[in-house]
Amino acid sequence: MNLKPKHQRMALLGVALVALVGAVLLAMWGLRSQASYFYVPAQVESDPPEIGQNIRLGGMVKEGSLGQAADGVTITFLVHDGEAQVPVRYRGILPDLFVEGSGVTAEGRFAPDGTFDADTLLAKHDENYVPRELEEMTAAQAKATVAETSE
Amino acid sequence: MIAELGLLALWLAAGLAAFQLVAAILAGRGAPVLGEATRPVAVMQGLLAGFSFLMLVWLFARTDLSVALVVENSHVAKPMIFKLSGAWANHEGSMLLWVMVMALSGALVALVEKRLSPATMRATLGAQAIVTLGFYAFLLISSNPFERLPVPAEQGNGLNPLLQDIGLAFHPPTLYIGYVGLSIAFSFAVGALLTGEVTRDFARTMRSWVLGAWIFLTIGLTAGSWWAYYELGWGGWWFWDPVENAALMPWLAATALFHSTSVLASRDALRVWTIMLAVVAFSMAMVGTFLVRSGVLTSVHAFAVDPERGTFLLGLLALFIGGALVLFALRAGGISEGARFSWKSREASLVVNNVLLTALLGIVLLGTLYPLLTEALGTRVSVGPPYFNPVGAAFFFPLVLAMMVGPMLRWKDSNWAPVAKRLAPAWATIVVILVFVLIEGTAGWLSALGLALAGGLAVASLLPLAGRKPWRAPLQLWGMVIAHFGLALTLFGSSSESAFIQERLVSVAPGDSAEVGGWTVTLEKTRPVVGPNWTAIEGDVRISDGERDYVSLHPQRRSFWSPPQTTTEAALWTRWNGQLYVVLGEKGDGSTRKLRMWWKPFVPFIWYGGLLVALGGLLALLGHARSALRRSIGLRRAAARRETV
Repeated sequence: MNLKPKHQRMALLGVALVALVGAVLLAMWGLRSQASYFYVPAQVESDPPEIGQNIRLGGMVKEGSLGQAADGVTITFLVHDGEAQVPVRYRGILPDLFVEGSGVTAEGRFAPDGTFDADTLLAKHDENYVPRELEEMTAAQAKATVAETSE
Repeated sequence: MIAELGLLALWLAAGLAAFQLVAAILAGRGAPVLGEATRPVAVMQGLLAGFSFLMLVWLFARTDLSVALVVENSHVAKPMIFKLSGAWANHEGSMLLWVMVMALSGALVALVEKRLSPATMRATLGAQAIVTLGFYAFLLISSNPFERLPVPAEQGNGLNPLLQDIGLAFHPPTLYIGYVGLSIAFSFAVGALLTGEVTRDFARTMRSWVLGAWIFLTIGLTAGSWWAYYELGWGGWWFWDPVENAALMPWLAATALFHSTSVLASRDALRVWTIMLAVVAFSMAMVGTFLVRSGVLTSVHAFAVDPERGTFLLGLLALFIGGALVLFALRAGGISEGARFSWKSREASLVVNNVLLTALLGIVLLGTLYPLLTEALGTRVSVGPPYFNPVGAAFFFPLVLAMMVGPMLRWKDSNWAPVAKRLAPAWATIVVILVFVLIEGTAGWLSALGLALAGGLAVASLLPLAGRKPWRAPLQLWGMVIAHFGLALTLFGSSSESAFIQERLVSVAPGDSAEVGGWTVTLEKTRPVVGPNWTAIEGDVRISDGERDYVSLHPQRRSFWSPPQTTTEAALWTRWNGQLYVVLGEKGDGSTRKLRMWWKPFVPFIWYGGLLVALGGLLALLGHARSALRRSIGLRRAAARRETV
């Protein structure tokens, strides 16, 4: 195939454009269908995600709710945001800074029994760094607590 | 005094950068004396920035507690190596390191580069001065590393324990050197746009710098992934975290860039495209830095989060990139077209490589920024592996095919039939592996395809050596063979891990055993141990295959006291065909502990491959340097001959 330089340039540009537009379309499709959405317990209550759909759940670990199943490796606890709460089940080793009363982001999906099965728990990373989702959570939680106690 | 000396040197260096810029501009308007001055000024500026950085390291070595940065990031009771690395394991120090590398590279360009015309050289040094000035301003205005405390502290806060690791002491500097190398490529591109001289010599000059930057980026990515794997204790090696993507994107752009500079250097084609890529590559380094430093994205390992700095970086980003794009729009039309070529040629395959790499870059960039865009619209989204893996594979797998075919094609024009035939062993490998994996039946289609293509690429990458005497093959060819083979290893390691990984999570009392991947893992006992600035619970974990004992592993849970934090030290045991990964968990009821174990088949290949890729780059760089030397000796001899005649 012998094209004139100008035509070759146009053809090249065409191929590159098609590939890039393809990449963008594929990316948008992927983002629409695959991205896991971030939920807080109140949203779960008002607009529940589908069972089995990958989502992120964020909130505070409810004080006194941390429990261990009989198999010795499954942890259960409640995540709340001051308005609603959701039971969470996690098989694995707890992150180092995971404590009751502190913020957590869990990745996973809802099981048919209404429990959230978490694959991954993200707790506070270190003294300086808190996931942004949790930062606001703490503020919202503080507000809610103040509202509760001042009533 | 030391802090003041460091700060003074920094101001002087910034002043020299400003002078370098003015001199470059005036020289372009007819003041040749000033043009002569740009080179020595660039060298002096590099030395001063280096001196300033040394002063900071000295402050950290002495743990000078009257300096705010030392107090925040160091502690008297810390091992010396981490006192030193504490100098750059924080925002201010790492930016000073960045500026120092940038200024020293500018000095090196001024000292060694002789291939460019004086005008392009001046314009390049001028552009480099602008970029460096931006970063000097950033340091001096918003992140002064030498700030004193009104009252000296008593002992210091310590360094984040996750950063007290030999991997992390050297991982960021490696990446920065890579980023900075891209800034040099960017300056070359701006210089060439200003003078309109996009020549093969320009491509050769830029190629060395891009290749150098790319080698460091490759090492940085490999080391970062290895660090995350063994230090974070969650058993993964790539998270598609924004911070990781921030390092991956410049790597993708740099990979495309040095391939396109090769086309420009060998065949004088792709002129405008190469310039554009150089701008994109440095933009990606800047975007990455902005994402990591500004805290606009949620990341497991973002640090130094500060909106003010984010704004400053965004301003710099807009200034540099916007300026370069405007210049590009004004000048690109004036750059004449290069040579044309056939669709069946080495050049064409490299164009395919460039298009696919750019598409991959776009996919990663979109996935990284998407949560930011939707959050602005009020929806919270997190994008992870379910997006990146399949969408990325859709472009990465064709890229692997291009890597198999491209090196077999000749420049200018080639024939398909003999190439396809020579590749027969690679096609056969792909089919055999696919059949084997499908019979095995446990792997998903992504990892099955990954394994097959990895095998095909491993074979295909060696084929260009076939029929040659290995010791006669040029270093550049060896570089390509080794780098492509290394990528095949990485792909093989990662696909094999996701296809055949085995995991166990158990609660065990001392003396209890569990099985994983054919190994019997026994927790013998746990005991307290003490380190220089931490205490830990350590497990004695015996590994056997049911008949004989192989090794004892010692996973730990460490508690640091300054700052108070717990870290997980996973225990790894490497065999030729895989790795056993053991993590000690928290205490359960009674004397039980959780134990999480993975058998990860061929996982170390991921990092061996990464190192081979970097080694390939190094060989290619040496090869190019050698031929450049030969060419200049040849030119000198020819000139001498002309004189004698």
